[in-house]
Amino acid sequence: MPKSLLDVGSRLLGVILALVFTGLLLLATGAPPLEAFNQLIIGSVGSTRKIVDVIATAVPLLLVTAGLLMTFAAGLWNIGIEGQITVGAIFSTGLLRLLLDSQLPPGVIIALAIMAGALGGALWAALAGVLKIYGGVNEIFSGLGLNFVATTLTIWLIFGPWRRPGVGSMSGTEPFPPQFSLPQFGEFRVSLWAVLLSIAGIAFVFMVLRGTAVGLRLKALGKNSRASYILGILTARYTLIAFLLCGALAGIAGALQVTGVYHRLIPSISSGYGYLGLLVAMLVNYQVVWVVPVALFYAALIVGSIQLPIVLRIESSLAGVLQGALVLFVMIVEGIRQRWQEHTEGKQSGL
Amino acid sequence: MDFNQLIIGLAGVIASASPIVFAVTGETISERAGVINLSLNGVILLTAMAGFATAATTGSVLLGFLMGALIGAAVAFIIAFTSITLRQSQVAVGFVLTLMTRDLAYYLGSPFTGMSGPRVPSQPIPLLNEIPVLGPLFFSHNLVVYASLVLIIIAWLWMFRSYPGLVLRGVGEQPASAYMRGINVNRQRYLYTILGGAIVGLAGPAYSLSVKAGWQGTISGLDGIGWIALAITVFGGWHPLRAAFGAYLFAFLQWLSLVLQPVLTGIPSQALQVAPFPLMILALLLVNAGNTEWVRRRLAALPEKQRKRIGGILRALNVAPPAALGTNFRKE
Repeated sequence: MPKSLLDVGSRLLGVILALVFTGLLLLATGAPPLEAFNQLIIGSVGSTRKIVDVIATAVPLLLVTAGLLMTFAAGLWNIGIEGQITVGAIFSTGLLRLLLDSQLPPGVIIALAIMAGALGGALWAALAGVLKIYGGVNEIFSGLGLNFVATTLTIWLIFGPWRRPGVGSMSGTEPFPPQFSLPQFGEFRVSLWAVLLSIAGIAFVFMVLRGTAVGLRLKALGKNSRASYILGILTARYTLIAFLLCGALAGIAGALQVTGVYHRLIPSISSGYGYLGLLVAMLVNYQVVWVVPVALFYAALIVGSIQLPIVLRIESSLAGVLQGALVLFVMIVEGIRQRWQEHTEGKQSGL
Repeated sequence: MDFNQLIIGLAGVIASASPIVFAVTGETISERAGVINLSLNGVILLTAMAGFATAATTGSVLLGFLMGALIGAAVAFIIAFTSITLRQSQVAVGFVLTLMTRDLAYYLGSPFTGMSGPRVPSQPIPLLNEIPVLGPLFFSHNLVVYASLVLIIIAWLWMFRSYPGLVLRGVGEQPASAYMRGINVNRQRYLYTILGGAIVGLAGPAYSLSVKAGWQGTISGLDGIGWIALAITVFGGWHPLRAAFGAYLFAFLQWLSLVLQPVLTGIPSQALQVAPFPLMILALLLVNAGNTEWVRRRLAALPEKQRKRIGGILRALNVAPPAALGTNFRKE
């Protein structure tokens, strides 16, 4: 069997096993599996409105996954992505508040707010990068800490300096006037600009990783940091570049949540998209071409799961179980395939 | 606040740190053997839910803790199998499991949300609890808290004062040398990953059956604890005593933020409760800075006397992770 076919086949087997696992879980808890899967499908692609919701959900997911492909290419585990989304949202909210009463046209202000988001995300990511390069702090642990700090910052702003007139509440800051929201596409709850930005983000990452010297060096760094250091690649610089680009994309995702979805800053503004992006990046095996379909599929699971509690009285966290199971089973099947291949090749060469 | 209130507060710190002590001790054990178990955050939620559900249905808190240990061990086994046998990334599989077990906890836990259930009863130790200061601090808790205190000492004795402990550190530090000495590296790693996972699995029931009794679904306030425990493991320099100190420090800071809340009225309570994190990063920075190129170069440029002094401080703070942490061992 050709290698690529075997590769697709083993991934497909992983997907099937994940579905079977989730089905068994449903059975064990007394829920009808087929009906649940059916509801997931109806709930995500059953109507034009639902499909648009899926696309809107995929926008931030695509942006963070695109960014994570950069840090993964450089061999970095950017778990601080959640904080980078959050700080991006904080920066764009801050800029909007600053320019709310200015004479600038709203379109320009929104564009500036998105750029501010990119800046905020990049700065927060740079912090993890600097801590790694100059402080020797593993990016997983600094990232986790910085995520909490970013959340704290959000809550402090919502209850402190940016609180609603009267009393601050967990519902977030005062919503912005409608002219400061990204224009919606007709009557649908999605902005064409946001969709275009996410596609641009993924295309940008595709081009950087495929066709530039920077991309090549990032990948060299990821494959073997010691060797690339000896070959003269400035490991510190490229580590920082990967963090900055990833943070900027995550920051844009955060800015779009503010300008396009919530129209204000809320405590859980990142909505777990960062962690979900890590799952998507793992499931596509860090290959750019598969990001769009897989991100759309994951977005469909989120949207589809919303009506599970209403129709079938099933917790919507079932979608999360399936999202995780997919990655886990693909990883296990892939591991078994690799070991089996090594085994048979070892036999053929007489070892 | 008078002295008695302070003692009661500190005794509360020791009790509320007990789940974190289980988590960091378990994690320290498996990381010492060379395996990162990144699934803590989800496992604590899942074992808290399952431990509570088991105890509520059977009426036995002991079974609840057993269930927790069993689940912790099972998740750790998946990590060991996927990373050691299948040679996939430890971090990747641990991360997936942390998200999956969290969602499993919320999914499976929904029938038990808000249910009333048993709780580990308080059992002051007679005579010992009469000792001034030490009595209320250490000897007027429940069995879970005593177990956490005993666990710290056993883990330390095992790791640093026994031959199996030497082997444990060896497979995490120099797996190739350990192998040369006839030690089955991967078997040791399986063993300690699963043992560490089982201990981590006690952290969940320690919440749901002792510290924060009950299961409240997504508002249980336990989401995030596992990530903190992972950071404390690093802060603790992979040493059971230092890790336990980190757990108590964290609980102390949380208590302090509650006590100070009426004084610092401008700051919302949610912000105060996460205040320890910036401190944690700072601590990580301090314990790691000595390992970097940059600091070494700077130090070399300093005059002899200053270099010795600053170098000495950094060395005292410095901890290095087990050299083979996160890598897979294969005999060539």
